[in-house]
Amino acid sequence: MTVSLAPTDQELAAIRADFPILGRRLITPAEEAFYQPSAPEGGGAKLVYLDSGATAQRPRVVLDAMRDFSENHNAAVHRGAHALASEATEAFEGARESIAAFVGAEAGELVFTSGATGAINLLTAALGAASTGRGQGLGRRFAILPGDRIVVTQAEHHSNLVPWQELAARTGAELAWLRVGADGRLRLDDLEGVINPRTRVMAFTHASNVTGAISDVAAITAAARRVGAFTVLDAAQTVPHQPVDLPALGVDFAAFSAHKMLGPNGIGGLYGRAELLEALPPGFTGGSMVEIVTMRDATFLPPPHRFEAGTQAVTQAIGWAAAVGYLSHLGMERIAAHEHELTVRLLDALATLEGVRVLGPAEAQDRLGAVAVDVAGVHAHDVGQYLDAQGIAIRVGHHCAQPIHRALGVQASTRASLALYNTADEIDRFVAALGEVRGYFGAAG
Amino acid sequence: MSSLDLMYQELIMDHARHPHGRGLAEDFDGESFQVNPTCGDRVQLRVHLAPPAGPGAAGEPVVARISWDGQGCSISAASASMMKDLAEGKTLSHVAQLGDAFGELMRSRGKGIDGAQADLLEDAISLEGVSRYPMRVKCALLGWMALKDAVAKAVVGDDSPAHIPEGI
Repeated sequence: MTVSLAPTDQELAAIRADFPILGRRLITPAEEAFYQPSAPEGGGAKLVYLDSGATAQRPRVVLDAMRDFSENHNAAVHRGAHALASEATEAFEGARESIAAFVGAEAGELVFTSGATGAINLLTAALGAASTGRGQGLGRRFAILPGDRIVVTQAEHHSNLVPWQELAARTGAELAWLRVGADGRLRLDDLEGVINPRTRVMAFTHASNVTGAISDVAAITAAARRVGAFTVLDAAQTVPHQPVDLPALGVDFAAFSAHKMLGPNGIGGLYGRAELLEALPPGFTGGSMVEIVTMRDATFLPPPHRFEAGTQAVTQAIGWAAAVGYLSHLGMERIAAHEHELTVRLLDALATLEGVRVLGPAEAQDRLGAVAVDVAGVHAHDVGQYLDAQGIAIRVGHHCAQPIHRALGVQASTRASLALYNTADEIDRFVAALGEVRGYFGAAG
Repeated sequence: MSSLDLMYQELIMDHARHPHGRGLAEDFDGESFQVNPTCGDRVQLRVHLAPPAGPGAAGEPVVARISWDGQGCSISAASASMMKDLAEGKTLSHVAQLGDAFGELMRSRGKGIDGAQADLLEDAISLEGVSRYPMRVKCALLGWMALKDAVAKAVVGDDSPAHIPEGI
């Protein structure tokens, strides 16, 4: 007999109580005119939040940590020598240590950025600098030359696609990509053909934010390594939902983001293997990342500070560390088990709805709880409006991933994305409401 | 009526299911291509201008024909359909007035616009419910943006095809 790791109903209720927003009833400005105080439970609809893939909600401990830092310890970090500055610096570097440890990395391997997008852009800026000869001898290994190849995939979020398009344009490199199959998974049979000997970078997502499909990291990194290409993993979708050990995955660089893992927005991280960060020239420059500055030039700090120009989002780093503490306390294995159970429930229920097509894998195996659907005859915006009127928050549109929508033959989709605080009841409410949509818009039958 | 039903009134759904003006005309004096960045919805719209039609037109050309094609939600389709009915056969200055009135309606956040302006819009006034949802206003304006752009091109004699990105 297997014992489920997933939390019990009582445990889940206790978890939900940690997130003040989950108790909200939703009377949108649009509903106000029709608000009836006599309606059960005070009117309005109870919020069903199924948009954590876009941004996750925050537990009270995250808010408390940020407030405590602001009220008691706030000062400029790595500057000045007074007691407060020292406390703030220790808290900031302590946050780095715990966030790095959460993904299996050393503190020196985690660069704070403005988010996952900021991380990719920092990396492409640094590679661009290396390509123009910055970083001297050590940096030469990162240079991308005309005719070299940068490989991405059709499943990328725009944040791990557009910066590479730009870097290719700046360096004269050729952009190539792995396609996705009809099941929404990357077509690994193309790997050998797409990753040619001139390939310098293989950038790919750990899991699609549209289809939820988890990539075969081992196969892709092995193919990249054979030709000496650097691997860059977009881990923004996976780190919040399952245990992730970046060094064990064997990737060279990775990007992830606080606001998708119960933390505040405005901060994220670029992971880089220590040896690589050591040799990489800076992407952004300015204060806080230099040693000696003359009127002619400057020398740079060692990593990670070499890559952190300007004032950092210190309060957000403190909040992010609290989020990581909260996730660790619950245990990522348990979170993954809970979300997996919900994903199975969701996929099974969706399979019974007529005119609803799941984009991506129909089975929950190697799949996250980000489930996008196409509703026959009803545009995603109209689907979303119907669900919103019942307090169900889902994402509609292309979810910042136009190419994979195009590859799957749709313009836009409706996406439910789960997090650790969602319940089976919420899944059922979503599916029930979704089942009414085609009838409402006259698209059924 | 709930605000959802108000937004998706029968009149609007009729236009969405059987949109007027859908299907691009062969020749045109001005063409525009517009996208809604949040969902990737797009409209391609063509206008054909004609010399003034009758007394009182003060020598001003009229928008003789509007045709369009695109992918979009029911609100964007219904809005483009109603716009076609409203603007076709009207003088350029009248079409500009219509565009202003509709824009004001969409910015009204459910408060509506004054009687004279509302009368101008005929059926399109039924889209007032959309203005309660700021995230949907762009859907309703997509066709109107394309019309304004296509007319502006036609007026300066630019009858080149609109730029449509490859591979979309």
